[in-house]
Amino acid sequence: MAHGLGRRKFLLYSSAALGSTFLIKGCATPTQNSTETGSGTQGEQTAAGGGDTIKVGILHSLSGTMAISEKSVVDAEQLAIEEINNAGGVLGKKIQAIVEDGASDWPTFAEKAKKLIDSDKVVTVFGCWTSASRKAVLPVFESKNHMLWYPVQYEGQECSKNIFYTGAAPNQQIEPAVDWLLENKGKQFFLVGSDYVFPRTANTIIKAQLEAKGGETLGEDYIPLGGTEVTPIITKIKAALPEGGVIFNTLNGDSNVAFFKQMQGAGLTPDKYPTMSVSIAEEEVRAIGPEYLKGHYAAWNYFQSVDTPENKKFVEAFKTKYGQDRVTNDPMEAAYIMVYLWKQAVEKAAKADDLEAVRKAALGQTFQAPEGMVTMNNNHHIAKTVRIGEIGTDGMFKIVYATPKPVDPIPWNQYVAETKGYACDWSDAAKGGKYKM
Amino acid sequence: MKPNKIADDATALPPWEQLWAKIYTFSQQQPRWFEISLVGGAALFLIVIMPLLLSDFRLDLLQRYLALAIVALGIDLIWGYTGMLSLGHGIFFALGGYAIAMHIKLQIPATASNQLPEFMNLYGVTKLPWFWHPFDSFPLTIIAVFLIPAILAAFLGYLVFRNRIRGVYFSILTQAATIVFFNFFNGQQKLFNGTNGLTDFQTILGFPISDNKTQYGFYIITVLLLVGGYALCRWLTTGRFGRLLVAIRDDETRVRFSGYDPTGYKVLVFAISAALAGIGGAMFTLRTGIISPRAMDIAFSIEMVIWVAVGGRATLVGAILGALLVNYGKSLFSEKFPDIWLFFQGAMFLIVVLVLPNGIIGWLRTEGIDLFRKIIRRPRYVATYPQLEEDPEIQRERETLEP
Amino acid sequence: MTVFFESLFNGISIGAVLLIAALGLGIVFGIMGVINLAHGELMMLGAYTTFLVQNAFKALGEPWFSGYIIVAIPVAFLVAAAAGLALERGVIRYLYGRPLETLLATWGVSLILQQFVRQVSWVMCIQIILFCLLFFGGLWVMKRRPDFERMRQWAMVVILPLAAGIALVCGTILGQIFKLAVTKPWFGAQGVDVTAPGWLRGGLPLGSFQLPFVRLFIIALTIICVVGIYLFLLKSPWGLRIRAVTQNRSMSACLGIPTQKVDALTFALGSGLAGIAGCAISLLGSVGPNTGQNYIVDAFMVVVVGGVGKIVGTVVAALAIGLVNYIIGSGILALMVSPGNPLFDFLTFFATTSMARVMVFALIIIFLQLRPAGLFPQKGRTVDA
Repeated sequence: MAHGLGRRKFLLYSSAALGSTFLIKGCATPTQNSTETGSGTQGEQTAAGGGDTIKVGILHSLSGTMAISEKSVVDAEQLAIEEINNAGGVLGKKIQAIVEDGASDWPTFAEKAKKLIDSDKVVTVFGCWTSASRKAVLPVFESKNHMLWYPVQYEGQECSKNIFYTGAAPNQQIEPAVDWLLENKGKQFFLVGSDYVFPRTANTIIKAQLEAKGGETLGEDYIPLGGTEVTPIITKIKAALPEGGVIFNTLNGDSNVAFFKQMQGAGLTPDKYPTMSVSIAEEEVRAIGPEYLKGHYAAWNYFQSVDTPENKKFVEAFKTKYGQDRVTNDPMEAAYIMVYLWKQAVEKAAKADDLEAVRKAALGQTFQAPEGMVTMNNNHHIAKTVRIGEIGTDGMFKIVYATPKPVDPIPWNQYVAETKGYACDWSDAAKGGKYKM
Repeated sequence: MKPNKIADDATALPPWEQLWAKIYTFSQQQPRWFEISLVGGAALFLIVIMPLLLSDFRLDLLQRYLALAIVALGIDLIWGYTGMLSLGHGIFFALGGYAIAMHIKLQIPATASNQLPEFMNLYGVTKLPWFWHPFDSFPLTIIAVFLIPAILAAFLGYLVFRNRIRGVYFSILTQAATIVFFNFFNGQQKLFNGTNGLTDFQTILGFPISDNKTQYGFYIITVLLLVGGYALCRWLTTGRFGRLLVAIRDDETRVRFSGYDPTGYKVLVFAISAALAGIGGAMFTLRTGIISPRAMDIAFSIEMVIWVAVGGRATLVGAILGALLVNYGKSLFSEKFPDIWLFFQGAMFLIVVLVLPNGIIGWLRTEGIDLFRKIIRRPRYVATYPQLEEDPEIQRERETLEP
Repeated sequence: MTVFFESLFNGISIGAVLLIAALGLGIVFGIMGVINLAHGELMMLGAYTTFLVQNAFKALGEPWFSGYIIVAIPVAFLVAAAAGLALERGVIRYLYGRPLETLLATWGVSLILQQFVRQVSWVMCIQIILFCLLFFGGLWVMKRRPDFERMRQWAMVVILPLAAGIALVCGTILGQIFKLAVTKPWFGAQGVDVTAPGWLRGGLPLGSFQLPFVRLFIIALTIICVVGIYLFLLKSPWGLRIRAVTQNRSMSACLGIPTQKVDALTFALGSGLAGIAGCAISLLGSVGPNTGQNYIVDAFMVVVVGGVGKIVGTVVAALAIGLVNYIIGSGILALMVSPGNPLFDFLTFFATTSMARVMVFALIIIFLQLRPAGLFPQKGRTVDA
């Protein structure tokens, strides 16, 4: 080949060829997606005769390491938007979603947030997954006095006027889980986490809580993000808890797979070492393999197996749109909720682009969500039911415990000395994001 | 592009060609002044005209890329000229960013109840760690922005080069160093706020950072620093020092046998390159408003190399151009088709290495000129005889015979 | 005593994973001097192959399923070796002697492979095949014409967009007709689930300690690979040729050794070993697009510490790094020092798994100060050794 063609030329053409095939491929799929939502919107738009749309931004990582998790959240948001549009839209106008890619890179998130607000003139943004990405866009939203809806459980210690948090605050996931473990599984804990903010903050809370309630923390350890060598941790667990005990797991991503696979090999079985995870949902269970997870626990506000009519409808709609083998999980449900909450707030405010009015109207909104009734509290977080699920062989969760009624969110951590006694109330301008109770 | 006409019969030409001819004579007779006026013109264009042409958002991007171009200059200096491929420049970039960010985080209004950066309160830190203290002062911070990366680079470089570790081993070691620093910054939440990094900047020297005027100020400073960086690199790479660098790249052993000790030169040039990366990192951080351990990602460090490779190695203009082009491309592509950016980036690495080893500028200087002359129907430059250069048979033989 | 035995076993099992990941690299980097940053992605291909083989055997039912791993190993070897061969023929052979360029090119390949497994679907597969058929087929037809040399440029300009366009249109049409059935990615961005067969899932209890079967399996697999490589390089005729080419390329060529074939074979061998490594790590950790990235830097460190070009160096270095990693990370060292000692604070600071990694890399850099060429440096007269 090289003989007839010349080396450089051959390489140039073949790599250009390869590149363009991928290019083609890449063009093909997204355009399909966008025409799906786009043409639907436009078609109905002319039918409705309004001719006007409300622009909202969707800002998640579609590439890079975080794309794994964030893509499904985008799917859920688009599902909610499509449902709302099919039901007549907001204030008689269709919602038009502008999707931007944060590329798992925090400065890019800030850049794209600015673009959505300044160039696209959206009225709100749904987005972010990691705390770092939220922290990166926070100054943008605050300086432009704009609005972000954030769908993921996080470590708390934040309460911005410009953000609505529809995932769980620590007291809506970690604290009930610890209480439940203390009551049902034992008093001796070992804490395992990935080395970043959420696990470290979560473990601070857990340690303080255990101390207050008569439990014991016998050890903690952190694995670098993406690390897969967990042998030292398993040794430490065995040394700290020779007779068995509770493992509280805040690992993230790939490390979970390694942790559970190797735990089983080392003979740490769920009957002696029950593990409570806060980052393992239906999608992760599939990637790890239910064989390794059976009998362990996870704490969330929502599981696909929640038995409510709203959830049946949500799961059904999601599977019809994205494929029968897809599963739904907690952040996806929180993302689905937030679109509806925003819509209700806009309808109450009667104006989409008056952000001050929308913010005010959002407070106190209730929504019959797949997870049950949720309420937007004055601190911009929502009251949610907390559930604990046991992982079964089919990869679904059997709900073993649920709080009798929704738990009110507490963003400022009451177990940490510096924020103890503080709260957040945006209904009262004098109180604001952080005031002494 | 140089005009191909020699200026002796200038009088017979139409006016625009006369102008060309004049510029050409000027560039031939006063190359230094010609270059200075070109660079100055470009800087003026960037400072005065660009803000009028671009929206705020695009200008924001441009400043980022200009900051990255400063880093690219540093990479070009060590890779293009000296032949050391560092895959750890993310460290120096991040250190510069952290230095300026630490200063900003210490700008706490005197009325605040707590005189610590707010993340420290959350993690129960009651006393400011000792190494934060110097960053209270602005001049010290400015010095730290380039001095800390430079000292670190000099130290690492000395350890590595002293043992004559070079080539790919150097690259692998710098990559390992990236991991060390990433894990360290990522894990030390109480000292550097861990994964989230330093963000939420309020004021610097009393100016509000998110204000448009302040940002325009940063923009001007970035352009000036880029010009300064260009001048520095230009000065370093011409003359004796520059020739020595190239000699180290081409045959270090021979340099050694000629009586030079390359270690000192390599350490120096590595330190300068790190300082440039630190400056770039600081300007980048000022604009984006966040610095996190992500900047020490291996992928980001390798990306820096590709900017230089695309623009053209061992050409300073190429480094700047490459940084701007690749980043604009990335921004555009990921806006339109987020999925395929990685494919494209991967293909870019392959194409640059296999087909355009000298980058865009290198291509323009050789084949580009030929193509241009072909388009304007002038004979191409030939090194030997036209018959030899243009015969496809001979060309093919030459290509297959190439080692 | 138990602590000692346990540490030794755990250290060796960490080391075995490092070794199997680094073995292929030791051959490619050590013997050929090629920096292959796509090595991790070849491992990933091996892991995905294991996943596919597992699924195929799941369909067959139980007695077959428990044996799938035995089949997966050679299949993973072949797939990764084929990919490696393509990489060598398509890219690397043009870059021999330019290690830094190889590094950049293989990084590009690794990006492409990562995105490829995220996105590959039937449509994409068909598009690529169609494009290759049209493009290379078209060129082949054109080349038979005598005046090909003259019209080469034009042929390219016509055929390339034509082939690309046809592939694009066909793919889009297929996507429109069959929708999700063909556009759905095979694997997706999310990791896939590789489950070890039942007999590999438990462990061998020894008092309070349990030897995981998976670890024993990987140790055994690593030993087999190392011994196999040794025998191949030392006893087989092709091994002899490989060693000859390593020592003196031009002389080997003069003696009639087909050096190009030897290069391709060596590279394919190294890549195949990466495939086996991928199969092994799929039993321990996650299988996803980023799998390879988690191992690549460690693997390079092993080769550098061991001394380039020496399999025995790689073996010793992997085991040593594994042991040190385990001893620091599990905090055993901290237990040996009394708590009042200032050393104690220092050691407990590094006794988390993530800080242990920092410490190990720092130690490696210090080690290279003492022995810049690794544990087993190659002896020779060149100044570059």
